[in-house]
Amino acid sequence: MARTTTKDAQDLFHSLRSAYASTPTNLKIIDLYVMFAVFTALIQVAYMAIVGSFPFNSFLSGVLSCIGTAVLAVCLRIQVNKENKEFKDLPPERAFADFVLCNLVLHLVIMNFLG
Amino acid sequence: MAAIENGKREESVLRNAFGNVLSFFILLLIGILAFSIRLFSVIKYESVIHEFDPYFNYRVTQFLTKNGIYDFWNWFDDRTWYPLGRVIGGTVYPGLTLTAGTLILNSLNIPLSVETVCVFTAPIFSANAAWATYLLTKEVKGTGAGLTAAALLAMVPSYISRSVAGSYDNEAVAIFALIFTFYLYIKTLNTGSLFYATLNALAYFYMVCSWGGYTFIINLIPMHALLCIVTGRYSSQLYIAYAPLVVLGTLLAALVPVVGFNAVMTSEHFASFLVFIIIHVVALVYYIKGILSPKMFKVAVTLIISAGLAVCCAVMAVLIAMVATSPTKGWSGRSLSLLDPTYASKYIPIIASVSEHQPPTWPSYFMDINVLAFLVPAGIIACFLPLSDASSFVILYIVTSVYFSGVMVRLMLVLAPAACIMSGIALSEAFSVFTRSIKFQLPALLQSEKVDAGETSTDTAVTQTDAAKPAKSEEIVKERPSKKNKKKEKEPVEKATVRSRIQKKLLVLPLEASVIAILLLVLLGAFYVVHCVWAAAEAYSAPSIVLTSRTHDGLHVFDDFREAYAWLRHNTDVDDKVASWWDYGYQTTAMANRTVIVDNNTWNNTHIATVGTAMSSPEKAAWEIFNSLDVKYVLVVFGGLVGYPSDDINKFLWMVRIGGGVFPHIKEPDYLRDGQYRIDSQATPTMLNCLMYKLSYYRFVETDGQAFDRVRRTEIGRKHFKLTHFEEVFTTHHWMVRIYKLKPPKNRIRGKTKRAKSQKSSSTTSTKGSSRKRNPWQ
Repeated sequence: MARTTTKDAQDLFHSLRSAYASTPTNLKIIDLYVMFAVFTALIQVAYMAIVGSFPFNSFLSGVLSCIGTAVLAVCLRIQVNKENKEFKDLPPERAFADFVLCNLVLHLVIMNFLG
Repeated sequence: MAAIENGKREESVLRNAFGNVLSFFILLLIGILAFSIRLFSVIKYESVIHEFDPYFNYRVTQFLTKNGIYDFWNWFDDRTWYPLGRVIGGTVYPGLTLTAGTLILNSLNIPLSVETVCVFTAPIFSANAAWATYLLTKEVKGTGAGLTAAALLAMVPSYISRSVAGSYDNEAVAIFALIFTFYLYIKTLNTGSLFYATLNALAYFYMVCSWGGYTFIINLIPMHALLCIVTGRYSSQLYIAYAPLVVLGTLLAALVPVVGFNAVMTSEHFASFLVFIIIHVVALVYYIKGILSPKMFKVAVTLIISAGLAVCCAVMAVLIAMVATSPTKGWSGRSLSLLDPTYASKYIPIIASVSEHQPPTWPSYFMDINVLAFLVPAGIIACFLPLSDASSFVILYIVTSVYFSGVMVRLMLVLAPAACIMSGIALSEAFSVFTRSIKFQLPALLQSEKVDAGETSTDTAVTQTDAAKPAKSEEIVKERPSKKNKKKEKEPVEKATVRSRIQKKLLVLPLEASVIAILLLVLLGAFYVVHCVWAAAEAYSAPSIVLTSRTHDGLHVFDDFREAYAWLRHNTDVDDKVASWWDYGYQTTAMANRTVIVDNNTWNNTHIATVGTAMSSPEKAAWEIFNSLDVKYVLVVFGGLVGYPSDDINKFLWMVRIGGGVFPHIKEPDYLRDGQYRIDSQATPTMLNCLMYKLSYYRFVETDGQAFDRVRRTEIGRKHFKLTHFEEVFTTHHWMVRIYKLKPPKNRIRGKTKRAKSQKSSSTTSTKGSSRKRNPWQ
């Protein structure tokens, strides 16, 4: 039973890997950016667990800015992905401009809240 | 062929252009209507600020315009809640004051007094709210429904009651912010554009700045996202609409000082985080499903479920343990009193005592939303055909707002936009069915042989019920139908020719029935308009600081409140403290400019209970309490001479309850005779001795010889008595406000009275004759 589970897990892992390898490069770059943002958020949470949460607004703004950029990057990826039928007549430049605008607002708020 | 098509295209372009211009003018008229229907109080009385809370907002706006925004953020107010003070910057929702103080006052470059801006802010924003309703309903159902909903909202009495000219309260801008935020959410949902998601977050920020009711938005939108996921309507547009709003919205909410860290720590926001996690899980699942083959997906699912379930349970257990440790499970008192209607009366008597926190009566639904009350179910059905994300949102909105409006009368205000949207949808659908029927049968009537083979008139069951409901008693606004008639006819004509080819079955009613139904709809609208204008003019335009009554020799004006505040302003020192019940705190600080002990903010229950205990105690004990608070003057409101029912004697039992909640020696049964509250000769001695009784009825017998109280409709129990520790300094013209001063203690106490003082229990007031000598204060 366990062997079939591990074999299943390995099969799953391989099929995921092969399916993912076929995504276009620009989407892979966005995925990397999302990974980076989430990783930074995790580092911040670990730091807070060690040091304590005293300037809580700084902690909050730091973590939420990471999560926020991750979410916005995912939105960009959704809009730029050619396989999504709902967005096929949205030019990628418009998607990127929206992304930049939303990031600007997010970081303005972050800088205000950072203390 | 091409020429005909070109001609048709030009025709449709022209028709669209004409439709747009018409819509613009209709919207302009709706805005003017919304503004002018709220001006009755200015015409009937004067341009004055109403009620109690607006006076506080007015005072804060004055401070803002005089001192600028930095001083406003850091303002510590020492004129209220003496000796505690109040941090204004951190406890006030700044949206309203910032809007009026900076936006309106400075943007026009016309010299306006602060009072004028404050009085007229609400009507201006109600016009904006009507336009926002148009935009929202247009996103849900189309332009016709949008115009109807906007026209209905401009006039709905429930909204008028909180936004007349002079009602300078948070709801005036908050309802506009609410509808606008919902509109941007629906727009993002429909278009999937990140630009609108950003605007949505900014509109949500404006809503958080304006009103504590923003928790409604941050719980309704996650509820709707969850509903969409659960009913299988997850789409990437839902993700774009929801996820950035949560992150950006939480940050922006944390920026507002009143909310601060509550944005991440209280249970009101947990729903949004929970659904945030859920939507990410669902998005991931859909993504993996997209890239894997179905067999591998099944394998993945089994693996994930077995491993992930354990992790999930652990996380949920931790979360539940954290939430369960707090006694209120993380919810604030106000939210709990909304979720559980019986909570406030058990635990927080102050919330229960406010009259607008009581549940509404059934007639108040008809008074406040009138005809819309039975158009709403028709609208709900119309939203289901067809069901889209936007229409499921408005259905959820109306259901939740109906529940909350049943808990508190005050929240009928949140029901009003939802009811208008639903009714607008219902009316516009009904109207389009009738006009379509007429449009079809009119050419058939004129040229009977030109009927297409493809068109067949059938009455399906749906249209039967649809027509039956409107035909019963539904009408539409009188002036609108002629314009909407032209507008609706354009679309059905194009739709019809296409539809006749695609669908052989059409929903068309007989001509006469349609004509009569349209006339009935117009009548319905006429009734609605008449009711709304009547409600605005008679019921909701009273400023409550000025009262009028019609006597046989004309209009009689009672301006006692302002008289009393003006007396305080001119005849007392700037640093004198005035004690009264908390209802009058805001007005006293704003108009009399004196420091008060408690005011309408009611943030400190113990302080209010102290004042309540003082009012319920005998004179000496009350004097001690007030002296310890440095009070110089005591203000009571008394309506017995003129029959003003909202005076302090009627509110007195609440003072006893609130005082008794903190100081156990005040017991409510002591003031009731056989469970009944009386002030006549059958009243209990505790009642007849308490400070409130004495201050209200001192010298009352001199007015008519019998001391007949017009509100309680009896003669009072104790008519002739003297005050030992207080002296009367001012009584207004109609005896409505009475101001007393604390007598200073005597410098020396003589020997005999010193011994007597240490032996006597509660104070006894001197009646007449010999006991007067024993009293050290006279």
